[in-house]
Amino acid sequence: MQDKNQNRDFHHALNVHNDLCIGCTHCMSVCPTQAIRIRNGKAIISANRCVDCGECYKACPVSAIDVEQDDLEMIFRFPVRVILIPSVLIGQFPRKIMATSIYSALKEIGFTHIYEVENTVDMVLEANRKYMLEKKERPLISSYCPAIIRLIQVKYPSLVDNIMKVNPPIDMSAMYYREKLKSSGIPEEQIGLFYATPCAAKIAAIKSPVGEIESAVTGVINMNFLYNRILKYLQRKYTETEPPQTDDLLSSKGILWSLTRGELVHSNGRALAIDGIKNVNEFLDNIENEKFDKIDFLELRACDESCAGGILISGNRFLTVERLKNRAAEYRAREDDQSRKPAEGFLSVNEHGFLGNIGARPIGKLDEDISTALKKMERKRRLMCYLPGFDCAACGAPDCQTLAEDVVQGDAHISNCIFLQQQMTKQNLLSQEQAMRITGSIWGKERLEKNCNKLGAEDENN
Amino acid sequence: MQFRHKIAGGDFAKAGNVASSLKKVLRQLNIDHTVSKRIVIALYEGEVNVVAHAYSGVIEVEIDEEKVKINITDKGPGIIDIEKAMKEGYSTATSQVREMGFGAGMGLSNMKKNSDLMKISSVPGEGTIVELLNYIRPDAR
Ligand SMILES: Nc1ncnc2c1ncn2[C@@H]1O[C@H](COP(=O)(O)OP(=O)(O)O)[C@@H](O)[C@H]1O
Ligand code: SF4
Ligand SMILES: [Mg+2]
Repeated sequence: MQDKNQNRDFHHALNVHNDLCIGCTHCMSVCPTQAIRIRNGKAIISANRCVDCGECYKACPVSAIDVEQDDLEMIFRFPVRVILIPSVLIGQFPRKIMATSIYSALKEIGFTHIYEVENTVDMVLEANRKYMLEKKERPLISSYCPAIIRLIQVKYPSLVDNIMKVNPPIDMSAMYYREKLKSSGIPEEQIGLFYATPCAAKIAAIKSPVGEIESAVTGVINMNFLYNRILKYLQRKYTETEPPQTDDLLSSKGILWSLTRGELVHSNGRALAIDGIKNVNEFLDNIENEKFDKIDFLELRACDESCAGGILISGNRFLTVERLKNRAAEYRAREDDQSRKPAEGFLSVNEHGFLGNIGARPIGKLDEDISTALKKMERKRRLMCYLPGFDCAACGAPDCQTLAEDVVQGDAHISNCIFLQQQMTKQNLLSQEQAMRITGSIWGKERLEKNCNKLGAEDENN
Repeated sequence: MQFRHKIAGGDFAKAGNVASSLKKVLRQLNIDHTVSKRIVIALYEGEVNVVAHAYSGVIEVEIDEEKVKINITDKGPGIIDIEKAMKEGYSTATSQVREMGFGAGMGLSNMKKNSDLMKISSVPGEGTIVELLNYIRPDAR
């Protein structure tokens, strides 16, 4: 595909499982950055375009999109095994399961220290406020959701300077607890800090951080995997000897932080919260031409209902939000007596609270050189006169315009379009064999053979 | 390369669509975003003016290696005193239009600020033509 030479090594947590992929186009149609094509009957994801939002994962009917994760066994390499859990981990369990039982289950699984990711949100808030005072760019966009940061880098390059370069809670907490444990005398190499992630975007951000040299997180455990493990331990009766190491820094604002409006309620000035990557796309399309001015802060999250809707969350997202709101209300009642102290010490917000530069990685330019780009665009517009405009995706590209762009970039052939292929065979510009070969190169040779092993067919469950 | 868009007067929901589509084109052409941002803002204001003040209009965009030329031609009441209309804050927009968030009287001056060359000609009672020109290389101005 296009954009061949940029950022080859850009890390992604989503991969197509070739043995399972049936090349059905569902993922291709929902991808917000047109990162997917079908070739030889399989989906392929362009590393330069993918923002790890997970829309493809949600859309896949055969679970052929893999989310990479670290092996749980890896934790046992460390005598001190910390798990950082975001509040949505607890939120997805039914209400009757107490947070303390979940903590105990995590201890049984093998973790020695259990901390909630949002324990350091007061530090994040302090950094946010400093950033807002110092920088004049408006609107400032929260750096919380890594899929949104990547979306801006590739699709809204003129907005990269509007991203608030503040470490999100997971990085703040990882650094904070590392320092805290070190200062209690534990040697650094004995500390393993693991993160229970609700999504692929956070994994990608930890494995190749933007604006940060190296993550303080040692490894990532996927939340759906952990959820099943926890349930298993909860069903089993076990005798708890010693409770796990933890602290009581969690606050009502921390509990709500990862939900929609969780950050917004603490911002000054005019602020908006938008969740769902389609909604974010639509909004940012307009903001670039300054249609909405005088907005100070934008909380943008890729998932519907923010992290409660993360792709690795097993519980229903609406129920998760409900439980977290209830939990926050309980905490708020307790907070009124002012006994709670936010996280402090161990970590200097001034020194560690901020991210380095976040660069643009724009996609979609037809050429570096403007006269070549102009020629390619003219050709693309000419091609569009012939393509039917149905966006049927049978060419292996998500829509007619993308096929036309792939053609001018030399990544596809105009005869990939099945309608044009018909025309060309009729006019003897293409032989039947050639047409079959083209179809095979997109959809795989077996695609046109009888196969009852699919959804809605005779053997759908085999 | 040329683009041509028709716009309907009074259709505020669609105001800005031409500017958005030009923005995408400029990005595909790898035009520096500080340059394209100005073009898009100027065009957006021109588009809104047709929607707010005229009956119908046509936007023609011509792009070559050096410049982007935009002609906004409308059928409408025209502008009697162009100099006055150019003044920041001057507006004849109705209160309804103002309630919708348009009509601050900054449009024409914003267009002037965000273009390298701007020309307005108008025949009262017939319509208005606004010509905008922006050079693609920031230093070519
Ligand atoms: N295309 C047009 N046709 C008729 N009148 C116009 C047109 N464009 C601008 N004007 C006049 O010029 C005034 C100032 O325009 P502008 O600076 O864009 O402010 P605004 O549109 O907010 O009123 C308008 O109120 C209107 O009277
Ligand atoms: S909203 Fe939350 S779960 Fe969804 S991609 Fe962003 S950080 Fe991940
Ligand atoms: Mg105006």
